[in-house]
Amino acid sequence: MKFGIIVFPGSNCDRDMEHALRDDLEQDVVMLWHKDRDLSAFDVDDCLVLPGGFSYGDYLRCGALARFSPMMEQVINFAGRGGKVLGICNGFQILCESGLLPGVLLQNDHQKFVCKNVFLKSEHTDNIIGDNVGARVLQIPVAHGEGRYHADTKTMQSLRENRQIIFRYCNQEGEVHLSSNPNGATDNIAGICNVRRNVYGMMPHPERATSEVLGNMDGRSILEAFTYMN
Amino acid sequence: MRFTAHINVMPHKELLDPQGKAVTGALHNLDLAGIQDVRIGKRISLQLEASDEATARTMAEEACRKLLANPVMETFEFSIAAS
Repeated sequence: MKFGIIVFPGSNCDRDMEHALRDDLEQDVVMLWHKDRDLSAFDVDDCLVLPGGFSYGDYLRCGALARFSPMMEQVINFAGRGGKVLGICNGFQILCESGLLPGVLLQNDHQKFVCKNVFLKSEHTDNIIGDNVGARVLQIPVAHGEGRYHADTKTMQSLRENRQIIFRYCNQEGEVHLSSNPNGATDNIAGICNVRRNVYGMMPHPERATSEVLGNMDGRSILEAFTYMN
Repeated sequence: MRFTAHINVMPHKELLDPQGKAVTGALHNLDLAGIQDVRIGKRISLQLEASDEATARTMAEEACRKLLANPVMETFEFSIAAS
């Protein structure tokens, strides 16, 4: 399998992701420009990554303009065929804007950009990330101004019923409290997946926690989850 | 014909608007304590070329639905005038 990382104007975690996947996880990585349309080299065992950053300067709404990039049309088709897609931070915002994931990421409740390590807890094991991470509490950095996950009551209910909440913010002991919520996200949601379990989005940055030299390896198990064949 | 569409996009009433909340606090610091709530949205104006007003209206509506507003978090309204 291989990874494709989509680079939008304003993406700034694309090279971090490339480094994490290629050098730390020893995976094949192809960089893809947002104006290209060719995904013929990718099949359903592969994974497309939408990296963090400020695509199109966050103009209008975070992720709103990236959603109409030529490559995003192909990403939506790829996901429709069952291909795996992972969106981190701005990538998560793009996935929500494109309708591949439900809900939206709003401005943090405290109005500030938040950049720190947080603790995450996987909710279920019937998705590829949860299956690989298990019950372990992970420490992963967040860095965002708009990370407050929101969806209407009906959508929230279906997310719970379909066990689509993949990560919730928690404390070091794995307890989910409001005090460990860095942005005011509904239900402490840090990441979700779609019903089909091939599209994943999360605000925290696993690619910033994959090497010993960075002092944190907790992100490895999240990215590794995508390397296993279907 | 040329038309101008003035579009207002506002966050849903039930959503916390952190920007509006901060501005409310600042207005209170100006001794304008009577101002109880501020909500901040966007105003967008579009110049349109369309055969008639109905067509211009449809075009503006489509722009709002497909891109300018996200129904999960925002509502929109607009007015059209010949320019």
